[in-house]
Amino acid sequence: MQLSRDQLRAAYQRMCLIRNFEDSLHEEFSAGNIPGFVHLYAGEEASGVGVCMHLDDRDAIASTHRGHGHCIAKGCDPRAMMLEIFGKKDGLCGGKGGSMHIADLSKGMMGANGIVGGGPPLVCGAALTAKTLKTGGVAIAFVGDGASNQGTTFESYNLAKVWNLPAVFVVEDNRYAESTASAWSVGGNQVDRAKGFGMPAQEVDGHDFFAVWEAARQAIERARAGEGPSLLHVKLNRYYGHFEGDAITYKGEGEIEQVKTEKDALMLFKQRVTETKLLDSEELTVIEEEAKAAIADCLASAKAGALPTEADLMTDVYVDYKF
Amino acid sequence: MPMKSFRQAINEALRQEMERDQRVVIMGEDIAGGLGAPGEDDAWGGPLGVTKGLMPQFGRNRVLDTPITESAFIGCAAGAAATGLRPVAELMFVDFMGVCFDQIFNQAAKFRYMFGGRAVTPMVVRTMYGAGFRAASQHSQCLYPVFTHIPGLKVAIPSNAYEAKGLLAQSIRDDDPVIFFEHKVMYDDEVDVPDEPYTIPFGEANVTREGDDVTIIAFGRMVNFANQAADSLAASGISCTVVDPRTTSPLDKETILETASETGRVVVIDEAHPRCNMATDVSALICENCFGDLKAPIKQVTGPHAPVPFSPALEDLYVPGVPKIEAAVREIMGKGH
Amino acid sequence: MSDIRPIVMPKWGLAMIEGTVVEWQVEEGAEVAAGQDIMEIETSKITNVFESPVEGPLRKIVVAAGETVPVGALLAVCAPASVGDDEVEAYVKDFLDNFDWDAAAGGGGPAPETIEVGSKRMRFLKQGDGGGTPVILIHGFGGDCLGWLFNQEALAEGRTTYALDLPGHGGSDKDVGAGKLGVMVQAVLAFMDDRGIAKAHLVGHSMGGAIALALAAEHAERVASATLLAPAGLGREINMTFINGFIEQKRSRKLRPILELLVADPGTITNDMVEEVIKFKRLDGAVEALTKLRDGLFPGGEQEGFPADLLAGLSVPVQAIWGEEDQILPAAHAAVLPDSVKVSKLPATGHLPHMERASEVNAAILAFLA
Ligand SMILES: Cc1ncc(C[n+]2csc(CCOP(=O)(O)OP(=O)(O)O)c2C)c(N)n1
Repeated sequence: MQLSRDQLRAAYQRMCLIRNFEDSLHEEFSAGNIPGFVHLYAGEEASGVGVCMHLDDRDAIASTHRGHGHCIAKGCDPRAMMLEIFGKKDGLCGGKGGSMHIADLSKGMMGANGIVGGGPPLVCGAALTAKTLKTGGVAIAFVGDGASNQGTTFESYNLAKVWNLPAVFVVEDNRYAESTASAWSVGGNQVDRAKGFGMPAQEVDGHDFFAVWEAARQAIERARAGEGPSLLHVKLNRYYGHFEGDAITYKGEGEIEQVKTEKDALMLFKQRVTETKLLDSEELTVIEEEAKAAIADCLASAKAGALPTEADLMTDVYVDYKF
Repeated sequence: MPMKSFRQAINEALRQEMERDQRVVIMGEDIAGGLGAPGEDDAWGGPLGVTKGLMPQFGRNRVLDTPITESAFIGCAAGAAATGLRPVAELMFVDFMGVCFDQIFNQAAKFRYMFGGRAVTPMVVRTMYGAGFRAASQHSQCLYPVFTHIPGLKVAIPSNAYEAKGLLAQSIRDDDPVIFFEHKVMYDDEVDVPDEPYTIPFGEANVTREGDDVTIIAFGRMVNFANQAADSLAASGISCTVVDPRTTSPLDKETILETASETGRVVVIDEAHPRCNMATDVSALICENCFGDLKAPIKQVTGPHAPVPFSPALEDLYVPGVPKIEAAVREIMGKGH
Repeated sequence: MSDIRPIVMPKWGLAMIEGTVVEWQVEEGAEVAAGQDIMEIETSKITNVFESPVEGPLRKIVVAAGETVPVGALLAVCAPASVGDDEVEAYVKDFLDNFDWDAAAGGGGPAPETIEVGSKRMRFLKQGDGGGTPVILIHGFGGDCLGWLFNQEALAEGRTTYALDLPGHGGSDKDVGAGKLGVMVQAVLAFMDDRGIAKAHLVGHSMGGAIALALAAEHAERVASATLLAPAGLGREINMTFINGFIEQKRSRKLRPILELLVADPGTITNDMVEEVIKFKRLDGAVEALTKLRDGLFPGGEQEGFPADLLAGLSVPVQAIWGEEDQILPAAHAAVLPDSVKVSKLPATGHLPHMERASEVNAAILAFLA
């Protein structure tokens, strides 16, 4: 299978949008403009985009607390996302969810999640819907290395397997859960764990968009074909702290810089497509500039956006019951 | 007495109890941090630095970082408690009880009763609660009423650093499972806290203000708001008693009923949602036992029946604050006979 | 200008950062004498009368009853008639303009220190830094080094003073051994050795009075003088309702009436004072220490009392001050003291003369030291 030039442009555009989105949030948080917990996805772009390039609106993903990248990869509107993160009324969730609960079900984005391990069972549900209603859809659970140790995750592996659900578990192993290394916290390894449940599984270099894309293609095709769940162990790194405000003293000296200079996902993508002459560097630069401008524009909208008001506090608790 | 923050008070209580009793161990996610990582050890000391410094003093055998597996490690604390340790497990946010509740309410809470009194479960679950941190719906709840509902669990909700140190020491020395609630916006709040170890008994309310007109009963962080409201109302001639029950289980019914009867007007402040919370519980208690002494209907000031919203603009409307408490007091001053 | 004398909010104890004028007992224009009760001041810890530190016609009241101001803030001014009203006004304006409200509200001042004496933790509060013989203040049963809030600063002018936390009390180690007076006596001596104090003036209250008396009798070479305030050890009788209630009552409502036995005017006891006692008793080992002391010092509900020959053999200057309405240790106990001991009895005063009649007691101590 090959990616078309348009697909490559679209992939690079989404990765650039994510990178700019996260970098600007990092700045805004440092400046004290963003309240609450903000977990950034910078450095992990190839994973979310590599997987979601295979998906359309029939398909569902469940994300994690580190959800902005998954949202953008799945097609959520960055402007509405930015408004949401700033707590504004026109945000994707009306300002009620914020960074940790950003969602757009119309795009098959089932939400970032404040509960580690909250997503995998939900994905079994989305996969069950697709299977029952025969939509042809698949469901993808993004799972951190930390979340891979939750009981809910293991239970979901088993349920997806025994019900033969069209699901894929993407374990994004960015080497740390908060300050704890996955090298310590994960007993056994992700691929063997999956095999223990009878699921096909493979390890993937998460800095390499093309590797993720290819591995995801196989897993998603298998699911669509009714052949059941599988798992990808995607190995990558995050550039910022666990959340904004984290001093990151647990990482090795120069650890992040080394990844940035040697394995940056955007850099590797660019090298590959220019070396193979699939895209030229001018058009990539245009994409980069456009992404930058687009996010700057989102940011301006978010800052200018109106706040929700008292009238919004009690709406949407139920569909039809007013307390 | 030296001024200490809520954070320091908790840290000191843990340290002193660990020094006092070798069976006390603490466990939780990143309570030290840095395990298996190339950088600093004790890198976190908990997400808000509350347990920082304990691992270097007591070592990894007594300060146990866990994988993210609440069901397993909270259950592990219950099992260890039943077999001879005195674990203090940190459930980072009480909202995560959803992931491990079985181990708390079906296991730990019921051992003693189910086993005919032939078991003790001296475990503590320390956990953060409360809104005001811009932490949205899954990290802001006040779930103490849920735990209070369960026989076999004790529930402590300290209202300041002094209370926190004494109540935590008591929790650790207590032979029943205790759920210990720490309001996440209070960690930097300082009051005088003795250096020495001390305990505050459970089930003994603290009367923080004594007045003649209205009795305000408040929980946790709300006690401070109630005190502020009482002080400002005093300036306009309304004198309030403020009661901090300290623990919701056991509950100091005697002090609540006595102070309610004394003034005959009661306002109950609870940050939790309005249905089946501590405000409804205390109001029912008063109505059932001293209805005849009431001069006006009881007034409840609580969070609304909605999840905690993210947007600061909405969250600020959500939390019961001093103005709402004052308004409630003024309202019932104008009512009744 | 120099004839204008300010009256400012006093600092009663370390924790005091502000006070409320409860009521003025004199009116503008009245002639006040130094030491005259002129107003009642309430702090979070205690309510007490404030005695004028200056004399002369009270020209202007700056802070009215009901107002709360920080320590050091101007309350009123006295000035002779020769000073014009405009001068008084100018003085007040100048004072208010230059007063650092923020610094005043911040508190500060000396803080207790904690040291190891013979492997036991001991807390004390040092105030003043003068040469000469230092003063050691020894509290009574259940008290601590912070109880001298109306006295220590006055005594510390030009002199070093140490207020101790005895074993079992305040921030000191809670081990009281067998709970006998000797343990306390040895602790004071060990403290003096540790601090290199060869000789000191002792001021002891109640049980601390008995300790000071024992030191004066048995270690005369270490004692320059002893002031005994409502001292224990001079008779058998002691109010066990107080002692037992103090140990047993854990809640403010129940403890308050017990603490009210200490004073002639129950209004003196504030909520905070009651809270402080409750907080002390919650410390690990505190109630055990008090219980041991009760059983050691008052077995069967009576004091053991000093033998008569011990009193007769006193060789250092000793004075005793007693409140006539003392409900804990009756002032009549003073009768057993030898004639060499000067005894003052204060009217309308209970068991805490150093709080209830602070300036009289301070004056008596200062005169005795001179
Ligand atoms: C049930 C639950 N436990 C703990 C947390 C606190 N928490 C939030 S993120 C996180 C680490 C997650 O690590 P990982 O799954 O590897 O994802 P990463 O942050 O590395 O993307 C933890 C412990 C939580 N939100 N939910």
